[in-house]
Amino acid sequence: MASGVAAWLPFARAAAIGWMPVANMPMPIAPTEKNKRADELIVLNVSGRRFETWRNTLDRYPDTLLGSSEKEFFYNEETKEYFFDRDADVFRAVLNFYRTGKLHYPRSECITSYDEELSFFGIIPEIIGDCCYEEYKDRRRENQERLMDDDEDKKDAKLPNMTFRETMWRAFENPHTSTMALVFYYVTGFFIAISVLTNVVETVPCGATPNTKEVTCGDRYTVAFFCMDTACVLIFTVEYLMRLFAAPSRYRFMRSVMSIIDVVAILPYYIGLVMTDNEDVSGAFVTLRVFRVFRIFKFSRHSQGLRILGYTLKSCASELGFLLFSLTMAIIIFATVMFYAEKGSTSSKFTSIPASFWYTIVTMTTLGYGDMVPKTIAGKIFGSICSLSGVLVIALPVPVIVSNFSRIYHQNQRADKRRAQKMQKARLARIRISKTGSSNAFLHSKRNGLFSEALELTSSIEEEQHLSKNQSLLESQHHHLLHCLEKTTNHEFADELCYEQSYLEGALQSYPSQSPSLSSQEGMTGTCCTRHTKRNHAPLPNSSIPTCALSHTHPHHNLQELSTIHIQPLNTSRSSLNMRVDEPARLNCQSGTITTAIISIPTPPATTPESDAHPPPPGPTLQNVVKVSAL
Amino acid sequence: VSITTIVVEDGELSTVCYRPEGLDQLLQQTKFTRRELQILYRGFKNECPSGVVDEETFKLIYSQFFPQGDSSTYAHFLFEAFDTHKNGMVSFEDFVTGLSIILRGSVTEKLNWAFNLYDLNKDGFITKEEMTDIMSSIYDMMGTCTYPCMQNDAPKEHVDNFFQKMDKNKDGVVTIEEFLESCQKDENIMQSMHLFDNVI
Repeated sequence: MASGVAAWLPFARAAAIGWMPVANMPMPIAPTEKNKRADELIVLNVSGRRFETWRNTLDRYPDTLLGSSEKEFFYNEETKEYFFDRDADVFRAVLNFYRTGKLHYPRSECITSYDEELSFFGIIPEIIGDCCYEEYKDRRRENQERLMDDDEDKKDAKLPNMTFRETMWRAFENPHTSTMALVFYYVTGFFIAISVLTNVVETVPCGATPNTKEVTCGDRYTVAFFCMDTACVLIFTVEYLMRLFAAPSRYRFMRSVMSIIDVVAILPYYIGLVMTDNEDVSGAFVTLRVFRVFRIFKFSRHSQGLRILGYTLKSCASELGFLLFSLTMAIIIFATVMFYAEKGSTSSKFTSIPASFWYTIVTMTTLGYGDMVPKTIAGKIFGSICSLSGVLVIALPVPVIVSNFSRIYHQNQRADKRRAQKMQKARLARIRISKTGSSNAFLHSKRNGLFSEALELTSSIEEEQHLSKNQSLLESQHHHLLHCLEKTTNHEFADELCYEQSYLEGALQSYPSQSPSLSSQEGMTGTCCTRHTKRNHAPLPNSSIPTCALSHTHPHHNLQELSTIHIQPLNTSRSSLNMRVDEPARLNCQSGTITTAIISIPTPPATTPESDAHPPPPGPTLQNVVKVSAL
Repeated sequence: VSITTIVVEDGELSTVCYRPEGLDQLLQQTKFTRRELQILYRGFKNECPSGVVDEETFKLIYSQFFPQGDSSTYAHFLFEAFDTHKNGMVSFEDFVTGLSIILRGSVTEKLNWAFNLYDLNKDGFITKEEMTDIMSSIYDMMGTCTYPCMQNDAPKEHVDNFFQKMDKNKDGVVTIEEFLESCQKDENIMQSMHLFDNVI
């Protein structure tokens, strides 16, 4: 219910007096407000900034944190206020939602932080007002695309014990993962180039012997060209079969565009082999050779830019369709006009309307070959109108396509840059340097303990106990929890990367939200720890659980065991700011379970308990129940 | 009511601000306490910053409480009942005066108010047509998805029922005296009149 409307509920109830005299049955008893207190001001202290509002204002949305008894968890007895350790700027938007009933998205806020704040306060972003919804959706989409790029990065991570097939597939998809793959990549690229070159040179006339007609190189050196062709096709066939074998889902692979291109590239050769001696179909055979040019499309595996172009064209399908449609309309109109205009003139080339199509197209695209020109005055007038309008019609949808291409291209550039390993390392180094005084992190202490364990030095337990004396109670409880988990799963934190992640989570500072799992790509020591990110199958829709598994001391284990659990409400790039809120709560509960809060979209009286004046709505109440992790 | 008019650059008449006279005056005119008036005004002003409610806004507000059906007709009747000055707008004074009668008035005053609501042309008689209109508007608020299924003649039946009960001399209209008399004899109605006394 909109806030202002909530204030009018007493009026609506009072107006129900109009039904009383006509009612035939006794009315139900009105609900009593148990603790009806006078409307009071409550103070919400968000990171030091004090917001004050009426209690009733917050009670308008009982399914959110502020509107329910959940806020009592944040009540500070001494200062008699509710303290929230959250972002005060975003809180403004949240509080305004209670006041006005409309949720706005402040454009200067980062989309992820905004989403996190919303989910903390139990407000679903779908109720953002129309004024801000477009902007919100756009930013969200950009973020998703960026995340997809991140995901693609993660795909490069090497799994332990990948089958040969999987290794091969990975090599095919990401050539830079191993030298063999790179070699293969370049070899295929080379042969594609050779094949295309061959096709082209085949048709060049070369070296006419005296007294005979000029022959093409293809006819002159038939055998050589045939050998070359055979070699290329062999390579391509082998490559295709290998890809087919390695593909995780063969059916899907066969349906993909690239595989179709591969097939079309090599098929003409085989068909040609079968049909060479048949005179009748040799004409068809010649046509088939045209398809050999499709080999050039195989380059799209090698060129990022080509793929982007293809993707852009696909995503601009509607604009392209519009362009095509409007052009067709214009062509038909002008062709008709020109035909009738030129009908009268003698020896006119405009013999029919379809014949005029050619003139129209050439003129509209400002090519102007001059093979067909209007001779009558009317024809010339309409011809000039045609060429003027042609420029306009073509120029209109083009900027849309260009901007799409530019956006996608830049995103890919960003992804490429991120993948550049040097940047990765430098950034991580900077992160490490920027941490000060956080040496109480669990893994830092752990590392000392484990390192010594790994190196079979003095026992880690004493060291850990010693270190734990210096930690705060909160930290030590957390560490104890993690430790219990380690014991439970029989795995431990080991590698530098795992340190990194746990370091980040254990420390009580907020770090830049570089997803630690990205760092797993490089610096793999190979022996100790491997990282595996797994999308969780548990009730939370949008969380992922990065896990860290140890393999060297337990050769028999299979794969990921959970040694650290992060609950990320929205995305994989995590800021541990949220972790801070999560952890104490988790510690209090002494369990690692996720509590869910049911949030319903606020709807009119279906949810208000007071509206007993009229019989409860018999139809299904419009209540969308969304489970969001609140703690 | 004090009226302030604000004129914008190109001569267009923009917001017209109505301000109620004063808290003390309203205190005298109505039976609400100071605190209650404050709460009422805050809610009123929040939704209608200009200080008056026009019929469209009124209908909009009221419809938020009844999403399943169509409450516009009943809201229209309500508006007519609240708009005592008949100027197409309900100011805060009208609003509070009406509410004061409904919530803090005596039973007779409340019944009078209800009668005024039903009497669409304010001629002192409730005819069958007027009652049918009112009844249909109430049933409209239920919407179509009801259990049991909404029959088309449900309002009419109800009206017949009503007239049977209220129209003592069977002349086809209900006067205020008949209305008051019949209502005071009916226990259910008497009880329900006090149902919302604690709403504010």
